Amino acid sequence: MPDLKKIGTALYAWVNERLDLEPMLKHARAKTVPVHKHTFWYYWGGISLCLFVVQVVTGILLMIYYRPGPDAYASVREITYEVHFGWLIRSLHAWAANLMVAAIFVHMFSVFFMKAYQKPREFGWWTGLALLGLCMVFGFSGYLLPMDELSFFATKVGLSIPGVIPGAEPVIAALVRAGPEVNEFTVQRFFALHVVVLPLLFIPLLAFHLFLIQKHGNALPPSERLKPEAARKSIPFFPNFALKDLAVWLIVINVLALLAAFFPWQLGPQADLLKPAPIGIHPEWYFMSQFELLKVIGRVLTGVAGELAGIGLFTVGMVLWALIPFYDTETGGGRRARRATYFGLFVLLAMAALTIYGYFDLK
Amino acid sequence: MTKPDLLAPQPPAETVPPLSRRKFVKAGMAVAGAAYAAALGYPLYRYLATPAEHADALAAVKEVTLAEADKLPRESAMLFKFAGRPALLLHHADDTWTALTAVCTHLGCTVQFDKDRKAIYCACHGGLYDPKTGANISGPPPKPLLNYKAQVLPGKVVVSRA
Repeated sequence: MPDLKKIGTALYAWVNERLDLEPMLKHARAKTVPVHKHTFWYYWGGISLCLFVVQVVTGILLMIYYRPGPDAYASVREITYEVHFGWLIRSLHAWAANLMVAAIFVHMFSVFFMKAYQKPREFGWWTGLALLGLCMVFGFSGYLLPMDELSFFATKVGLSIPGVIPGAEPVIAALVRAGPEVNEFTVQRFFALHVVVLPLLFIPLLAFHLFLIQKHGNALPPSERLKPEAARKSIPFFPNFALKDLAVWLIVINVLALLAAFFPWQLGPQADLLKPAPIGIHPEWYFMSQFELLKVIGRVLTGVAGELAGIGLFTVGMVLWALIPFYDTETGGGRRARRATYFGLFVLLAMAALTIYGYFDLK
Repeated sequence: MTKPDLLAPQPPAETVPPLSRRKFVKAGMAVAGAAYAAALGYPLYRYLATPAEHADALAAVKEVTLAEADKLPRESAMLFKFAGRPALLLHHADDTWTALTAVCTHLGCTVQFDKDRKAIYCACHGGLYDPKTGANISGPPPKPLLNYKAQVLPGKVVVSRA
């Protein structure tokens, strides 16, 4: 038997001579993860990443049978009912999409409350927000692809909301919807957006986001920063934290498999222009708070004015959210730090309340 | 060789080393890993293989009816689908008929009837077959073309497995 270890060492030496891997490995070996009572939240970025990988794999598999354009519904029907395990692949893709958005929300709020957006990690905060935004567009465009009744109306409503902004409607009709109504051209271009344009934007951004965490390491929550250096505990990233990460991923994949197998994603009746919107139709949960905000404001301020006020309020909120690293700069705590925390709590509670209220407010 | 002395004192039986914790965990992980690989691999294989399985079901076809094929002129041929794959129906100068698979036995190209050479010709690598029997007569094909039974009836030709 050839000595595999010897071959491995020789091979490594050959590659290392050319690519100079030592500094990278040195960095990896020196990498540590802080251990404290909030360590739990460090897993959520990794969970989001794991689910993204699931999305890539199941998405490629779906593309093997999916046909955009006029055939879209028929092809998803075939995937769901005729192709072996097609229902499972489709369910995994739909469930993982939802879990990924949820994991990113948890990740974002944990970063917010740990004040991990503070110097030098501002770019991590902004790229993270951009990734979340892209995920929402992924979700919105993917939702149309089956072209069933729900996808049809969800897209119709979703595209009508920005349409109230003066001058926006003709642009949306020309560039996004491809006509006055959602049609086979809409689904074709949403497909191109979903499988080519968005990944092309998402993957480099994600790479940069992951590079930043290598560069800066995990941020310490304020309570830990107050401790003297000697009192802080940490574990090596390799292999200790990496293995824990892997164990968490295994749990996530098992939960995902159970959800997909026992609650398979449904396919509604085919989209039909001449059918009224189904009773109780509502957006996906991650769009619910925005939707409900519009609805609530619409009751006070009717018509386009209400819509515009809602969109304006939401936009201002998002801008403030993105700019928080400029406001809350004191790493040692203080009045601004406290206010930022209250702002985060307010946003979290408002979103949760609007989402929950949205589900009670359907009738 | 002398017979072994059964009464001689035997060396003490080798003690089985106790299964170490490390070995146990390693074996368990290998089993779990294999289970995961199977749980992912099986659905994936079936998912990708679906169209091929449908084609296999189609291949069970015993017979096809070619409407109006009896009007095929002499010394000519037509391609048709038999069990999802191309097949060739030939009407010869002596008013006899032949039906055979049109998939070259060399590398699977679709063959054609070559009137001038009076042979079935494969354009990919120049293989030639006898038009009446499907026997490989020249070029790279290793095997003859498979024959079907052609039954010429008024208004149709019925092709079935020979």
